[in-house]
Amino acid sequence: MIDLTVSIGNLKLKNAVLTASGTFGYGEEYADFIDLNRLGGYIVKGTTLEPREGNDYPRMVETPSGMLNAVGLQNKGIEYFINEIYPRIKHYDSELIVNVSGKQIEDYAKVCQLINERTNIKAVEINISCPNVKEGGMAFGTTCSGAAAVTKAVRKAFDGVLIIKLSPNVTDIAEIARSVEEAGADAVSLVNTFMGMAIDIDKRTPYLSTVTGGLSGPAIKPIALRMVWQVAKAVKIPVIGLGGIMTGRDAIEFIMAGASAIEIGTANFIDPTVTIKIIDYIDDYCRRNNITSLDEIRGII
Amino acid sequence: MRKKIIRDFKVCENLKLNDSFSLLILRPATGEKLNVTVEPGQFVQIKIPESVTTLRRPISICNYIEDNDELWLLVRKAGKGTEVLCGIREGAVLNLILPLGTGFKLPQSGEKILLAGGGAGMAPLLYSGKIFNAHGANVSFLLGARTANDIFLLEEYKKYGNTNISTENGSLGEAGLITFNSVLKEDFDMVYCCGPLPMMKAIAKICKTRAIECEVSLENTMGCGIGACLCCVEKTTQGNKCVCTEGPVFNVNQLTWEI
Repeated sequence: MIDLTVSIGNLKLKNAVLTASGTFGYGEEYADFIDLNRLGGYIVKGTTLEPREGNDYPRMVETPSGMLNAVGLQNKGIEYFINEIYPRIKHYDSELIVNVSGKQIEDYAKVCQLINERTNIKAVEINISCPNVKEGGMAFGTTCSGAAAVTKAVRKAFDGVLIIKLSPNVTDIAEIARSVEEAGADAVSLVNTFMGMAIDIDKRTPYLSTVTGGLSGPAIKPIALRMVWQVAKAVKIPVIGLGGIMTGRDAIEFIMAGASAIEIGTANFIDPTVTIKIIDYIDDYCRRNNITSLDEIRGII
Repeated sequence: MRKKIIRDFKVCENLKLNDSFSLLILRPATGEKLNVTVEPGQFVQIKIPESVTTLRRPISICNYIEDNDELWLLVRKAGKGTEVLCGIREGAVLNLILPLGTGFKLPQSGEKILLAGGGAGMAPLLYSGKIFNAHGANVSFLLGARTANDIFLLEEYKKYGNTNISTENGSLGEAGLITFNSVLKEDFDMVYCCGPLPMMKAIAKICKTRAIECEVSLENTMGCGIGACLCCVEKTTQGNKCVCTEGPVFNVNQLTWEI
């Protein structure tokens, strides 16, 4: 009997596969293609205290083996999420995790408090790593003190499982991971996108309205994998790995590097059924290799 | 609710229409019926074979024949992805997500409508004209291109409506841009437009001055095509909207165009 379940603090997932925030809408967008109940969990779009219109178009450009985006956290705010969206999606038998973002520390705490008081959501992922907003976002995630301050504030506001999503745009990601662990995080997820840019030489302008954006997709996988490996060695809390995972093989690599669970992001855009393929691949891989639990291969590198 | 599917299609024919355009005729790779409703103005997301691009490419549905689930896609070489599509061999298999987007509004039976477009923008007008004609609308087409060599499938358009042409060099139809075509002097209940942005804005402006309702089809760069990534947004009177789900067709009144 293969046990594919995974624990992230007190959160028990039926399998290791989650969807990365901002790549899976609210799950509903994918309901025509897959059975959402099969996912380990789905992390919904970055949610802020107030509604946000996001950045101007153009917000995306494809680059070799990846894409740059500068969506800028477009969302209708936490009240709209709790009142309108949550009732539509809460029935899925898969852990719903809200990704939370803010301009200032109080915003993060307030959003988490509302989720705590008015929903049964068991986990939040705190985005201290968005490269596409002027205020907040990545600013908190690039220093140990900033990352710890946000973690402490949301820890007080939320009773459930607290996942801190880290930015790779730092000198030493392991150091940031240690500081949020110390500040009370139950888990870390990494990596968010890498800050990058692209220029249209015919128009002599940047492709993105914001000049810079976040790079995702298979182009970043080797770097993301290396960072997951470093962080998994540096902290005791579970690490959720993401960054360019396109296939089941990629997912197993992240688990071998030390990830407890993984998130699928950009791959959802190319194949809306990819999450299920990855879940099936992991199951098949375990079967073929007589693995009864992912613990047997987790962090073996 | 509209149901989207992901399915493999076989390239039955690749008709090279000129140096830039190919017409791909696709049918499902397996015999299973698609069982979808294709609305005028909708599009597909195609995975480009040989991994030359990461993301899919959105291509509008030029024609759909329900009996044998045949899809016609008019593809213009615009970059690496569409170049592969234009050169694809017959018998190759393509993976498609369809039908996507909110298309053109169905006219009332008996309404006089104009479907105007240029370049690759002509593509969705054929299927739209076919459906609107079957619905009892009085259909006229206005097709524009640089030369006669860039006007395709004319016999097909003629099946469903009165067909008017403008070419910039005058080699077919009236000489000049489509915005000067004499058919625009006629009265219409509704104008539907798809083509380059300056052309759509010019048509929208003509419609505005004559108080004719006008819908346009946008082609903002897309990530997912299913409303998840929020990359393709267009500014509207009600904030940013996804072109892939709430469009590609918008009533001009919804947009913030200065016309």
